[in-house]
Amino acid sequence: MINVQPNLAMDNGPNNPKDSETVIQCDLKELHYGAFKAVRDTRIPIRKGEVTAFIGPSGCGKSTVLRCLNRMNDLIRGFRFDGNVHFRGRDIYHPGVDPVAVRRYIGMVFQQPNPFAMSIYKNITYGLRINGYRGDYDEIVEKALRGAALWDEVKDKLRQSGLSLSGGQQQRLCIARAIAVEPEVLLMDEPCSALDPIATRKVEDLMSELKEKYTIAIVTHNMQQAQRVADRTAFMYVDTTQGGRTGYLVEMGETGQIFEDPTEQHTRDYISGQFS
Amino acid sequence: MDLDTSSEISRPPSTFQRVSDRGFRILSLGFAWLTILVVLYIIWEIGSKSTPAMKTYGAGFLTGTTWDPNTGEFGILPEIWGTLYSSILALTIGTVFGVAVAIFLTEGYLGTVVYNTLRLCHLQQHRLFSKAPTACETLLKNLVELLAAIPSVVYGLWGIFVVIPMIRPTCNWLHESFSWIPFLGTPLSGPGMLPAALVLAVMILPTIAAISRDALVSVPPKLREASYGLGATRWETLLAVILPTAAGGIFGAVVLAFGRALGETMALAMLVGNANRISVSLFAPGNTLASLLANNFAEAGGDENKVAVLMFAGLVLMAITLVVNMIGALILQRATRGLKGLN
Ligand SMILES: Nc1ncnc2c1ncn2[C@@H]1O[C@H](COP(=O)(O)OP(=O)(O)OP(=O)(O)O)[C@@H](O)[C@H]1O
Ligand SMILES: [Mg+2]
Repeated sequence: MINVQPNLAMDNGPNNPKDSETVIQCDLKELHYGAFKAVRDTRIPIRKGEVTAFIGPSGCGKSTVLRCLNRMNDLIRGFRFDGNVHFRGRDIYHPGVDPVAVRRYIGMVFQQPNPFAMSIYKNITYGLRINGYRGDYDEIVEKALRGAALWDEVKDKLRQSGLSLSGGQQQRLCIARAIAVEPEVLLMDEPCSALDPIATRKVEDLMSELKEKYTIAIVTHNMQQAQRVADRTAFMYVDTTQGGRTGYLVEMGETGQIFEDPTEQHTRDYISGQFS
Repeated sequence: MDLDTSSEISRPPSTFQRVSDRGFRILSLGFAWLTILVVLYIIWEIGSKSTPAMKTYGAGFLTGTTWDPNTGEFGILPEIWGTLYSSILALTIGTVFGVAVAIFLTEGYLGTVVYNTLRLCHLQQHRLFSKAPTACETLLKNLVELLAAIPSVVYGLWGIFVVIPMIRPTCNWLHESFSWIPFLGTPLSGPGMLPAALVLAVMILPTIAAISRDALVSVPPKLREASYGLGATRWETLLAVILPTAAGGIFGAVVLAFGRALGETMALAMLVGNANRISVSLFAPGNTLASLLANNFAEAGGDENKVAVLMFAGLVLMAITLVVNMIGALILQRATRGLKGLN
């Protein structure tokens, strides 16, 4: 871990059983964008060393909830969050917590590959530089690129622009960039939606490897993908009964249970592709 | 070509449509060529009118430092120096402020301040005020662009009667305290390089601010997100990601502004002091090519030789502007190409 910030680096809380330790506990009561109530009543625990998937119809607030977990939504004017998110026992929405520090522990990979307009090497060292890390950059770059299954493809052109890579390579570069700073948790918002099946497969394999070291939360529209990679799955849905379009958590459980034996009718309909 | 497939609705374009389409194409082509021809014609006229002076004075015209119509001795080195010096000074000041304004306008600083103020009064969702943050940003942007609408001569008046009296005490104090620094080597007795450059900076500010703003706005939001997502602060994101990505566009803004500063006439003629001398002192009066022309064309009258001399000076000014713009365009091209990842 690079540059541990004292206000977030807390030891395991007292009531965390060893094997299913909860790293992030999200208790969302209400979430607004301006006057628009986007999400309500969503409690999602994210366990250490697991992949947690978010599924649900478009617009139900999956990205919104995911972005709450590292306070990315703070950048949106008018955003209001009611509830709390505990990261290793600390409420990250506490007024004394700096959102910038949160994001150094909880990294993010976005739907669209978004490498910076700089070399591959510099893309990866960017996070290290802003963390003020002094050390062997070369080693970390190689490790991150190997970790993202990209090393063999780019090892001879590290000085070339990150934009010169293909879309799938760019996405893996973004993953490498995110893991280079060794975050505790990696949030991925539809990381494969811009990728072909082969690159998708690579990223999925990658997730299975990465979860040994990192905790992963992923949003996906691909049911097979959720079944392939996720240990636990959260299903969200849109509530239109109160005149708005408010997303909420319908149920959450082991991936196998959600897909084979869901408790709620909504989940069953969604998974079997039936919509009312 | 007749397809002969006319139905009720689909049918080939009528003769009128075809003729007007063709006519419009020819017309726009004609105007495009006309523009080019006018430029070439002006260059040719000025070139031919200045040939006598070129023959008489040759390269000495560019290196001479006296301008004396009585003895017929003409040299424009002080004016070349003054043109470049005042423009570069103005550009330095204007770039700093212009880019700062552009950042302030695009990175949501103003909007956030307004929004937070409203939130203190719990008005942020009020029907009347919810659009206030964006409205304030638009207002400021338009105000800055309005600076470009002020006539040059009004800037000159403002410079003479407001700026010079305002900065004079400070300048003279600086001169007295640090006269060993070459830039502060003379007192400011009235018009001079610094007031001219200050006013010029304000004049080119809208160009720099508006174009830089466009460049900053066009930085994809996903790059900001990427940077914030890695735990960068606003400042780090701005310096390491946003400004470098927008650098090409910002540089374009600076080059355009440089072109404008080089040719700016009226305000400089009023403020620069029209003294035929070369000095690095910020407070010394000087002269620029444009203001030299403005101050001398009336006396030239029918005197062929004097007209030729002025035309020659005009040609030099045009050449400087052209070279600056071309260098700028070249660097700009490189910068954008680097951005696209082709380098
Ligand atoms: N920046 C924003 N400002 C205002 N409303 C927003 C913003 N971002 C999202 N919303 C709204 O919040 C709701 C949830 O959006 P969100 O992007 O979280 O959905 P999603 O489940 O990720 O959908 P998708 O699967 O299409 O990505 C939508 O109704 C959307 O219109
Ligand atoms: Mg989404």
